[in-house]
Amino acid sequence: MNYSEKVMDHFSNPRNVGEIENADGIGEAGNPKCGDIMKIYLKVRDNVIEDVKFKTFGCASAIASSSMATELIKGKTVEEAWDMTNSAVAEALDGLPPIKMHCSVLAEEAIHMAINDYRVKHGMEAIPMKHYDHDHDHDHCAV
Amino acid sequence: MQNVYLDYAATTPTDPEVLAVMMPYFTELFGNPSSVYSFASKSRKAIDAARNQVAEALNAGPDEIFFTGSGTEADNWALKGTLERLRSKGDHLITTKIEHHGILHTAEYLEKVEGFRVTYLPVDAEGRVRLEDLEAAMTDKTVLVSVMFANNEVGTIQPVGPIGALCRERGVLFHTDAVQAAAQLDIDVKALNIDMLSLSGHKMYGPKGTGVLYLRKGLRLENFIHGGGQEKGRRASTENIAGIVGLGAAFERMKARLPQEKPRLCALRDRLIDGVLSKIPHAKLNGARGDERLPNNTNFSFIGIEGETLLLDLDSKGISASTGSACSSGSLDPSHVLMALGLSHEMAHGSLRMTLGRGTTDEQVDYVLEVLPEIVARRRSMSPLWEDFLKKNGGR
Repeated sequence: MNYSEKVMDHFSNPRNVGEIENADGIGEAGNPKCGDIMKIYLKVRDNVIEDVKFKTFGCASAIASSSMATELIKGKTVEEAWDMTNSAVAEALDGLPPIKMHCSVLAEEAIHMAINDYRVKHGMEAIPMKHYDHDHDHDHCAV
Repeated sequence: MQNVYLDYAATTPTDPEVLAVMMPYFTELFGNPSSVYSFASKSRKAIDAARNQVAEALNAGPDEIFFTGSGTEADNWALKGTLERLRSKGDHLITTKIEHHGILHTAEYLEKVEGFRVTYLPVDAEGRVRLEDLEAAMTDKTVLVSVMFANNEVGTIQPVGPIGALCRERGVLFHTDAVQAAAQLDIDVKALNIDMLSLSGHKMYGPKGTGVLYLRKGLRLENFIHGGGQEKGRRASTENIAGIVGLGAAFERMKARLPQEKPRLCALRDRLIDGVLSKIPHAKLNGARGDERLPNNTNFSFIGIEGETLLLDLDSKGISASTGSACSSGSLDPSHVLMALGLSHEMAHGSLRMTLGRGTTDEQVDYVLEVLPEIVARRRSMSPLWEDFLKKNGGR
């Protein structure tokens, strides 16, 4: 698998690894069948993502996507974080192999789930989740 | 940083002595063996000598050895050639769920495209085929059983002798894919009632692009490659003389070294297995132990970690390993072998295969045992699966 230097950097030295105690929002995407599970923790203050942490079970691109996604949303408003797409994560990593693009989709989905968790906990309505295309080589992960 | 190659099941380096034997056949002894002039007879003699070397290593006759372009080609020829030839007698093939793709994908082709029936036998938790399952699967339409000699991922050695005896008793042909086993174990095709056997040169310190199909005397298969009259008219293509010479030389050397090398590798293998299991909590060994495991094979699963992560971390420490069959590296699916052994998806995704060879030393095993526990602990600390596992198991 040919990974970019940025993917390898974020895989080898992932940023924002860990958990946040009493997180304002927690989101988890993926399943063990696919070999990828991402869990995102958010700390929000005044509608801004003050801190974000992740834990990921998965391949190098899953770990790098989690790391990059958390970097991209840190310090952003909740709305700006929601608008961050998987393509932005992949581009920031200087690209992912086509077979691994689903890792960036998982990162986007986990962040959306964490934001919705935050919204519901704070009396807001959850934003309708879009259909996340996890369709790749193995059919069992096309959830 | 050390450079430690632990992927000998994927491929081996060509032995320099073997390469030296091969070299003249690239340059000064380039005659086409099919030509009639005396210059070409040197090429013919070289092929005959290699055929004798392979035959001797398998306790076969030289007229039972056919050179192919790879182990996979030999597998394809054995399965397709037998089923096509014996179509009037039966249409049923029995193989296993844990075969190499050289067999599995060929069987799927025969099933889906050619309309043959295929039974894929299950295996037990250590990867062993049960004789009673094989017996129960046999029908009067069964014409071929293909069970690998030893598994390429988990190293489990199959009960080939009893399988061969059962097949012979039932009048069913028995093929075994011995690509992983041929160079590491003593194989006597006659004593084991083997009708067909595939092997590959590059798994035994010979050149890539070389293979053999052993075909018991008197057996006829449909040809797989049509063309000229090479290999007694049964496998067309101008012979890869240097490759064939290299394969023969490599096999002969492997057999000569086996009495010393096998116990050496078994000791290193067991030290690596015991070390990993004792130093890394909740590590699981996949496959059998002791004499039922290939001397050079180790395969582990580590809950909470995905295999590619381990490979890249090990690579950063100079260690080359595998998560299973190298052929499946372009796929995201977990190993079909580990799933057949009953592993969960997450455990199958978290597998690590380290296969030892001629260059493996005690110091290299020590180095792996030093760096692997740190790598596993670090990646587990980032894993939500590991976190869940700890919670379920009281933090242990």
